[in-house]
Amino acid sequence: MKITEQAVEQLALLSRLDLTAEDQTAHTKSINVILDYLDLLNKLDTSNVEPAAHVLPLKNVFREDRLQPSLAKELALANAPEEEAGAFKVPRIF
Amino acid sequence: MAQYEPVIGLEVHVELKTNTKIFCNSSTAFGADPNHHTCPVCLGLPGVLPVTNKKVVEFAIKAGLALNCQIAPFSKFDRKNYYYPDLPKNYQVSQFDLPIAEHGFLEIEVDGNTKRVGITRVHMEEDAGKLVHQGTISDSSFSLVDYNRTGVPLIEIVSEPDMRSPEEASAYLEKLKAIIQYTGISDCKMQEGSLRCDANVSVRPLGQEEFGTRAELKNMNSFKALQKALVYEIKRQIKINEEGGRVIQETRSWDEAKGVSLSLRSKEEAHDYRYFPEPDLVPMVISKDWVDEIRTTLPELPDERQARFVEQYGLPAYDAIVLTSLKEMADYYEQCVEQFNNPKAVSNWIMGDFSRLMNADNMEINDVRIQPAQLAKMLQLLEKGTISGKIAKTIFEDMFATGRDPDIIVQEKGLVQISDEGAIESIVTDVLANNPKSVEDYRAGKNQALGFLVGQVMKATKGKANPGMVNKLLKEKL
Repeated sequence: MKITEQAVEQLALLSRLDLTAEDQTAHTKSINVILDYLDLLNKLDTSNVEPAAHVLPLKNVFREDRLQPSLAKELALANAPEEEAGAFKVPRIF
Repeated sequence: MAQYEPVIGLEVHVELKTNTKIFCNSSTAFGADPNHHTCPVCLGLPGVLPVTNKKVVEFAIKAGLALNCQIAPFSKFDRKNYYYPDLPKNYQVSQFDLPIAEHGFLEIEVDGNTKRVGITRVHMEEDAGKLVHQGTISDSSFSLVDYNRTGVPLIEIVSEPDMRSPEEASAYLEKLKAIIQYTGISDCKMQEGSLRCDANVSVRPLGQEEFGTRAELKNMNSFKALQKALVYEIKRQIKINEEGGRVIQETRSWDEAKGVSLSLRSKEEAHDYRYFPEPDLVPMVISKDWVDEIRTTLPELPDERQARFVEQYGLPAYDAIVLTSLKEMADYYEQCVEQFNNPKAVSNWIMGDFSRLMNADNMEINDVRIQPAQLAKMLQLLEKGTISGKIAKTIFEDMFATGRDPDIIVQEKGLVQISDEGAIESIVTDVLANNPKSVEDYRAGKNQALGFLVGQVMKATKGKANPGMVNKLLKEKL
């Protein structure tokens, strides 16, 4: 086992996931399967392979610093759970 | 009792002065109504594709060059994951292992010594939104979120833990601000948040090699606040050590009103940002040609300009440091000297009355109504003896308030210096006749009596008499 149930619990906390005890056990198992597979991949000799930063063979995709109209405020706020004074209203974060 | 040494490193965020945000075409303008400058990209709506603003990369490279960094030939963006409502995507696009620039330095002067402070890295990232809490931060039950600032381009400049006192930290921030302002990539206005500073602080017994546990200090909104927060934090940590306690690694927020720092959250377990390469943005390959091209756009930087001011104008080092700390001030100075070739006199006025009035009104150079040519003209009037030094101060204040030409003020207020020997002589005669006691004192060897008599003549002429002439005539008559 590469990852413990406690580590999965911490990961769930960081990811804001509410896992049941069964979920936690199941995820611990499946993440370990993935990690085992990565171990297998790690056995490959990649000493002559450049580390990949992206899956696409693209680089330097830029745009010019040119202003375009913003989204209308009503549209920007359309998905707000609640709205007040033109702002998204959310529960206070401690 | 052991002597302790503070170890300080600063993380400075600078908002870049682009027209549009880092990954979309929304405006970066400051001060708009909430949520007026957003779009699907910066709101993090599903299915959007961010595209990097080329100007942001150019500005970051420019900052890196100005800070003597090596520019990365290959750089990429990463996602920094955390949940907070100021971040609509639940991650911030930043740079992790391949920042745009690394291994730089800048030089500071403290107590007449030059010290080099290392720059670990410069990286690009997007700013977060702004939370407005209803009521006070501790008793409101909800927050209001404004996403105008979300996606505004930032560079974060991380220093090495090279500073050993709050004064050094302050000098570093001053110098960094000056350099960045010179490059023109940011306004660096602390009060508007376009320059923000966090500090990593630890203490260790003097002579110990190993660093102590550090605390991260946030929320210092001015140079004064930085200084006060550092002094407070160093004292706090030394006290813990002396009482046999243990400093814990945590983030602390500076409360300027109360003059204390408060623990925000324990960093020991909570912070795991799980960085990974941003799949929506492709890597950047920075060619040497591109870097060289940007290098040619670098202006003369504060250190070079300071050295030139000493060399070319014969100014004391102190004057050169103060005048070149702000690009606008140095520009103003040079325009003035061009028209009035007495560099030290111009320096004295700009560092003296000019700065005093400007600071009293909380103004910036660009707000000052006196044009460099007008200041030069006033100094010419002073030099020719048309006005006295005392009158010059009055005229200067008028110019500062109204932006009018000095000669107009002189004429209108009848402030031309009296240099007519006959006119001054008759006043001198009156003053001597009316102050026999002082005359006697002076003749008895009390030199201060002369000062009093000069004052009386100046009073009688409303400060307009040529002081040199008054002195001369008084001495003759006595």
